Amino acid sequence: MTTASPATGTARPAVRDRTTRAVVTGIGVVAPNGIGAADYWKAVLTGRGGLARISRFDPSGYPVKVAGEVSGYSSSRVPSRLRVQTDLWTHFAFTAGELALADAAVDPASMPPYELSVITASSSGGNAFGQREIQSLWSQGPRHVTAYQSIAWFYAATTGQLSIRHGMKGSCGVLVAEQAGGLDALGEARRALRDGSRLVVTGGTEAPVSPYALTCQVAGGLLSTDPDPATAYRPFAADATGHVPGEGGAVLIVENLAGARDRGAPRLYGEIAGYATGFDPPPGSGLPSPLRRVIMSALMEADLAPEQIDVVFADAAGTREADAAECAALAEVFQPHGVAVTAPKTMTGRLYAGGAPLDVATALLAIRDRVIPPTTGVLPARDYELDLVVGAPRPDPVRAALVVARGHGGFNSAVVVREVED
Amino acid sequence: MTATTAPLPRTAVVTGIGVIAPGGNGTAEFWRLLTEGRTATRAITLFDATGFRSRIAAECDFDPARAGLSPQEIRRMDRCAQFAVVSAREALADAGDALAGIPPHRVGVSIGSATGCTMNLEQEYVVVSDGGRHWEVDPGYAVTHLYRSLVPSSVAAEVAWTVGAQGPVSLVSTGCTSGLDAVTRAAGLITEGSADVVLAGAADAPISPITSACFDAIRATSANNDDPEHASRPFDSARDGFVLGEGGAVLVLEERELALARGAEPYCEITGYATRSNAYHMTGLKSDGLDMAEAIRAALDRARTAPESIDYINAHGSGTKQNDRHETAAFKESLKDHARRVPVSSIKSMVGHSLGAIGSIELAASALAIRNGVVPPTANLETPDPECDLDYVPRTAREQPIGTVLSVGSGFGGFQTAVLLSRPRGTARASRRRGAERAAAGTARAGARDEEGI
Repeated sequence: MTTASPATGTARPAVRDRTTRAVVTGIGVVAPNGIGAADYWKAVLTGRGGLARISRFDPSGYPVKVAGEVSGYSSSRVPSRLRVQTDLWTHFAFTAGELALADAAVDPASMPPYELSVITASSSGGNAFGQREIQSLWSQGPRHVTAYQSIAWFYAATTGQLSIRHGMKGSCGVLVAEQAGGLDALGEARRALRDGSRLVVTGGTEAPVSPYALTCQVAGGLLSTDPDPATAYRPFAADATGHVPGEGGAVLIVENLAGARDRGAPRLYGEIAGYATGFDPPPGSGLPSPLRRVIMSALMEADLAPEQIDVVFADAAGTREADAAECAALAEVFQPHGVAVTAPKTMTGRLYAGGAPLDVATALLAIRDRVIPPTTGVLPARDYELDLVVGAPRPDPVRAALVVARGHGGFNSAVVVREVED
Repeated sequence: MTATTAPLPRTAVVTGIGVIAPGGNGTAEFWRLLTEGRTATRAITLFDATGFRSRIAAECDFDPARAGLSPQEIRRMDRCAQFAVVSAREALADAGDALAGIPPHRVGVSIGSATGCTMNLEQEYVVVSDGGRHWEVDPGYAVTHLYRSLVPSSVAAEVAWTVGAQGPVSLVSTGCTSGLDAVTRAAGLITEGSADVVLAGAADAPISPITSACFDAIRATSANNDDPEHASRPFDSARDGFVLGEGGAVLVLEERELALARGAEPYCEITGYATRSNAYHMTGLKSDGLDMAEAIRAALDRARTAPESIDYINAHGSGTKQNDRHETAAFKESLKDHARRVPVSSIKSMVGHSLGAIGSIELAASALAIRNGVVPPTANLETPDPECDLDYVPRTAREQPIGTVLSVGSGFGGFQTAVLLSRPRGTARASRRRGAERAAAGTARAGARDEEGI
């Protein structure tokens, strides 16, 4: 693989690896508007959102009142022994992982364990668990911190737990790049396949709706303080007010195309055909955003021209500045109004490490069903020159989709998924 | 140079090192500490550890202003990010003009951290919760840069800003193998062609009440509070757990040909690496060491080399009974008879266990071991555990030529990582020397390129 363009200044051109084709064979979703891919997809196509007034705690003392909580979820889905050792963020991943493995009809026990990998993204770790233990420490003393704090709070908890639960002993990893990390995990999953893994459990989840985690996000200044769930998160609107945080995410099963076919995987949702990432120049440098280059690199790697992309799943930050930058990059690559753009995350909020994997899952379902899901509640600003899919789903022979994710602090990643051709 | 020569595979070499470690800020002081076999483990001063089971740690004598950080950098960065940025600046200065002529989008950053900005997160929590009084904390007391502490990716972002990197940038957080995994990920970015230069390393600043309480709760850390200087005792029968440390190390990784073309003198090449998981227990290790052995074998395969090529093993050597036996078994399983011949040492005996950071600090030590031909010792090793029967280089450093180092790490989550570093082949200096020898013998050839194609 390479993100190298001809003029890169490299000593030698990198060799593109065409022998490993990474395909998605299983999808597991835990989202504010649906648990399981079918439930979630139905909600997305009918425009049913999961944003509501925060219920996990009393938000009256906070400037932010709205979030996307996975309201129908009960941690009782997780075996009690594991439940007490882990944060809600990992509970979501246990559930999404099981759903994804079942969807892919994978029995990990029947496969060589050193060829099974787990690579997830996390952005903020075990928030509520960590807060509870710090609270115990400072209100009661060090001996009141539980033994599980050491394994529940840190960012590697989910990957470690999934590896143990499913007997996966191959190369495992954890990447953190805020909202962009989920795509970086997919990029890393492809690398693991090239290095000899046969199957990778990848994606990410997040549980950022706890008092302290929300306080930290409030301090970041990017959250919407609009108390109305119907209007709080309106990316690309002229009067966008910021974003709404959401819980959950998606776990994907990624395999080599040849291996998936050999074992008779029930379905090939699509191929991760291109991935690229790049970082913003230092603040105040006046240098342009690398987003256009990142998107072009992902397209080049997928061997697709911009006109072959049928839909873009946008990052949709929900602030005027970030939306404008994203739209400018899309207009440069695709021409103004040149490609259908959607952001179903208006129905879930931004899920941080879980957001991009959920977008990739949604893109694969769009390819499967030949329909572009809508962006709800938004009338895009005219000057963005955006063909934003709003209102009803748009039937379209979707074969290839671009997913864009930008993480706070300067992270830009892009993935191209396309239907699997023979 | 002939047109028929097949392109060499891209290789990552280490051309710069920066270290902030207990007992030694900067690479030179760090190396002096290691080779003199001194320990930096002391009573905790970063917080009042009264009431804690373990009250000892290896702290860095670190003043961010003196280390060159600006007041605004100090305000917005957690101590962990400060370690990373200061190490990165030292590494870049050490590497010389590594970034000259390299487009920013070909420059990457890969930083590991197990606990990220938890020190700052905890300190600010105490304020917004008013000393742990309120669960629904008061956002009105939150500091402006608090979100940067919630998302540890800010640590990698700070390093990217400081060097102007616009290529692949990420934070790797695989617990205590983070520092190894971040560097091997960087090597992968270079070999696959996604970047030409990567600032790769790790940082952690976990000496805080919550992290100390975590390890107290599982009795993982040493409670030898009366004798902190001798508390970190890997492989010794009197050991009673690890000593928490802190710090950071960053390496400049470059594509080998680019580095040699600009006349850089690499410390080493990254020739092999692999990660495996035990899928057994989040904190426990099976004594058979089979999964770490598998990682070592896979790293040897990638490097296309044999166990006999390893001249030194930089051990995980945390000083827990479980670990020391686990990795001793792993070395015997993967290296067979050679395990009994190769020196093994743990620098954690001197600088403690800084969780995710230590992997990069140990790679820095391994690169310096190759450069200087010195094996750092295992301090405090007086009476080896009878089940740990390898050559652990007790107390005194050992001079010997080192061609290849194996560095291993083992961490919560069950992750096991092995990395192989080797003395660089065909460096400019070596090429010049060989060229001169050939010239003297009347067989000089133009260009060093052919000689590098080993």
